[in-house]
Amino acid sequence: MTTGTVTPHRSPVTPERESFWHLVHAEWTKFRTVRGWVIAAGVTIVAITAFVFVASGASHSCVGSGGPSACPVQPTGPGGVPVVDAFYFAHQPVTGNGTITVQMTSLTGQVEVGPAGNGAPRMGPGLQPWSKAGIIIKENTSQGSAYAAMMATGSNGVRMQWDYVNDAPGLTGRVSASAPRWLRLVRDGGTITGYDSADGTHWTLVGSATLPGLTSTVQAGLFAAGSYYDSRFCTEDSNFCTRATGVFRHIGLSWPATGWTGTNVGGAGPNASSGVPAPGALRQSADAVTVAGFGDITPAAGNAYGGNGQSLQRALAGTFFGLIPLIVVAAMFMTAEYRRGLIRVSLTAAPRRGRLLAAKAVVIGAVGFVAGLVAATLALAIGTPMLLQAGPLAWLVSLFTEARMVAGTGALLAVAAMLALAIGTIVRRSAPAVAIAILVIVVPYLLAFGPLTGSQPQGSRPGGGGGWPLQITPAAALSVQQAVPQFHQLLATYPLHGGYYPLAPWAGLAVGCAWAAAALALAFFLLRRRDA
Amino acid sequence: MSLTARVAPPRYLLGQPLHAEWTKFRTVPGPSWLLAGVVTLTVAVGVAAASAARCQSARCGLDPATVSFTGINPGQAVAAVAGVLAIGNEYSTGMIKLSLTATPVRLTWFCAKATVLTALSLTASALAVAGAALAGRLILPGHGFTPAHGYTSLTSATDVRAAIGAVLYLTLIPLLSLGLAAAVRDSAAAIGLVLGVLYLFPLAAAVVSNSTLARHLDQIGPLPAGLDAQATIGIKSVPLTPWQGLGVVSLWTAGALLLGALVLKCRDA
Repeated sequence: MTTGTVTPHRSPVTPERESFWHLVHAEWTKFRTVRGWVIAAGVTIVAITAFVFVASGASHSCVGSGGPSACPVQPTGPGGVPVVDAFYFAHQPVTGNGTITVQMTSLTGQVEVGPAGNGAPRMGPGLQPWSKAGIIIKENTSQGSAYAAMMATGSNGVRMQWDYVNDAPGLTGRVSASAPRWLRLVRDGGTITGYDSADGTHWTLVGSATLPGLTSTVQAGLFAAGSYYDSRFCTEDSNFCTRATGVFRHIGLSWPATGWTGTNVGGAGPNASSGVPAPGALRQSADAVTVAGFGDITPAAGNAYGGNGQSLQRALAGTFFGLIPLIVVAAMFMTAEYRRGLIRVSLTAAPRRGRLLAAKAVVIGAVGFVAGLVAATLALAIGTPMLLQAGPLAWLVSLFTEARMVAGTGALLAVAAMLALAIGTIVRRSAPAVAIAILVIVVPYLLAFGPLTGSQPQGSRPGGGGGWPLQITPAAALSVQQAVPQFHQLLATYPLHGGYYPLAPWAGLAVGCAWAAAALALAFFLLRRRDA
Repeated sequence: MSLTARVAPPRYLLGQPLHAEWTKFRTVPGPSWLLAGVVTLTVAVGVAAASAARCQSARCGLDPATVSFTGINPGQAVAAVAGVLAIGNEYSTGMIKLSLTATPVRLTWFCAKATVLTALSLTASALAVAGAALAGRLILPGHGFTPAHGYTSLTSATDVRAAIGAVLYLTLIPLLSLGLAAAVRDSAAAIGLVLGVLYLFPLAAAVVSNSTLARHLDQIGPLPAGLDAQATIGIKSVPLTPWQGLGVVSLWTAGALLLGALVLKCRDA
């Protein structure tokens, strides 16, 4: 009979049990086998997809009254982007490569300062930040044709702009007789390069534009455009109430000069409120040419110039409906463990608590991602033709943007699910966890319309409507679904209901991710520290 | 000595269950914290909104009552949690079996619960709305809400009506939650359902492109209808008159309570 120490039996730890993916599999099994949760995940997909039929109706008064054809036709620029292309152009045809150089000694402006009464509106001195005048090489005088221009602006210094959406900064400061600005455009085939100079001898490269398919003969010359209004000045409900006037001297053309022709590109109307700018003017004297014009050369974005399309994001409007069942399930994924006491079994099986939380986050995040991916794909597939039937889109949506919207919706739902899971772990009780998660993920969008954010003035900077509720809360992640771009060179209101968010798509998603990460870190800390 | 004398009279009247429910509410920390949360959140967000609001011209279009009561928007979520947990906790802890044994007539028990909840949430709502209104009264005149911009007194009959509307709205929300929780019997699902009913109507109205549909969504949703009851300016342009708005919220609440009562009566607890 041997008397020795008896080692208690320990079942061997199999390698599978050590593996993290084993834990993930276990959590996936938990999720998969609760019927209500699987149904809720299905409801998420169905809700997002089905809301397309509600959201994508007729959108605008011009559609309601006489069908889409009643909407004013928005000119489109190279690549099909909707543009505003209305300005005063003193031009002459030029063929082949060459250079145009001018000295600008003045940029002044007139804005409407008083009510029109029956006659013309009262005008007073004033300039918009993006009022512009300068030199331009443009394919022809029809709206939306390719161009590249060097210009002096109201308060943004010298800029080079081309093909409506591109903008490059040059010399800073305002142009005046004591601080003249020399501008130069050099055409070489399809490439136009812009230079600026303060003295006419030392030239600095500002930008280089490639205009594909530019014809051999183009129009080169001087232009002026008053730009979009600022409500401080404008009393008329008009887009074109500012007139910019540029004074040009020492005009040098390398092409044979044929004399200036003045053209109101985009036509001219009797008053600014008709949607067509008032006519511009060309005045020539011995040593100077003065060009004055209303209008603007810019992408048609925001509410400027009555952009009459809708955002493709409307097709994904059901995301809110999908988020709520997903949040409920994600929070319960943890709180149900506490309620049933299952957490003790789970933690016995996976003593390293962080790994349990990570496994749960992986599973619920994957469920959210896949649900978002499937739902967004279906919603866009069904919604795009429906939206197009109701009216034009506000902005061309590239395949890349659509892919970002789909993947972004998946990421958004994954982030929301993980955040709800973390809140569930922190709070440990279902009802408060779900309520908190809905409050921080869904409700900020509602608050963004309310008085909390203040009202956005006309002519405000890009940055979208909505204010802080969509900048600092987890709801900022919704910006990843944006389908309309914003331009710093177009001062307009970018309203939330037009699909404009205060943050760029990926920046918004990053805010949501940061919240989810912070909440998971706190959940991990509390889960380790607390008694289960 | 007769045996019957020792048997207590049946406790089917409302008094006993009322007292029992009141004791339940009183002796667990949850409800009082939640109701305190309703008051704090409503007042705090109201103060924030009043501080952020600026009225620079006579036609700024901001409704001082709506600004002051912005806090009701998040505050009602806490009130909804209180309503859901009033019945959800009974189910999650198994207390429901005991409760129904003690008060076998289920509707009596349900009425008692609803009555106690109403009394408590009415108190909390009155405190929250009074605090928010007071904050608005103190802050808003300094932010351009002056007689020069068309805001006469901020204590007119219309403002009192708006405040009463807000109190009633915030009182009805926990009852709505109670009814839905009794129907669903699971706290998490119930709070998801309640907050969905509250927030999804205005969200949908904000994102649909059809303005007629948006207006109808604002008319049938309890949250936007309740907000109509708080309007003090531009009453002609809101989709519903104040009392119609409260009527819509009451209908939702009555429907939810009826549904909850039916489920409670017909199903096994």
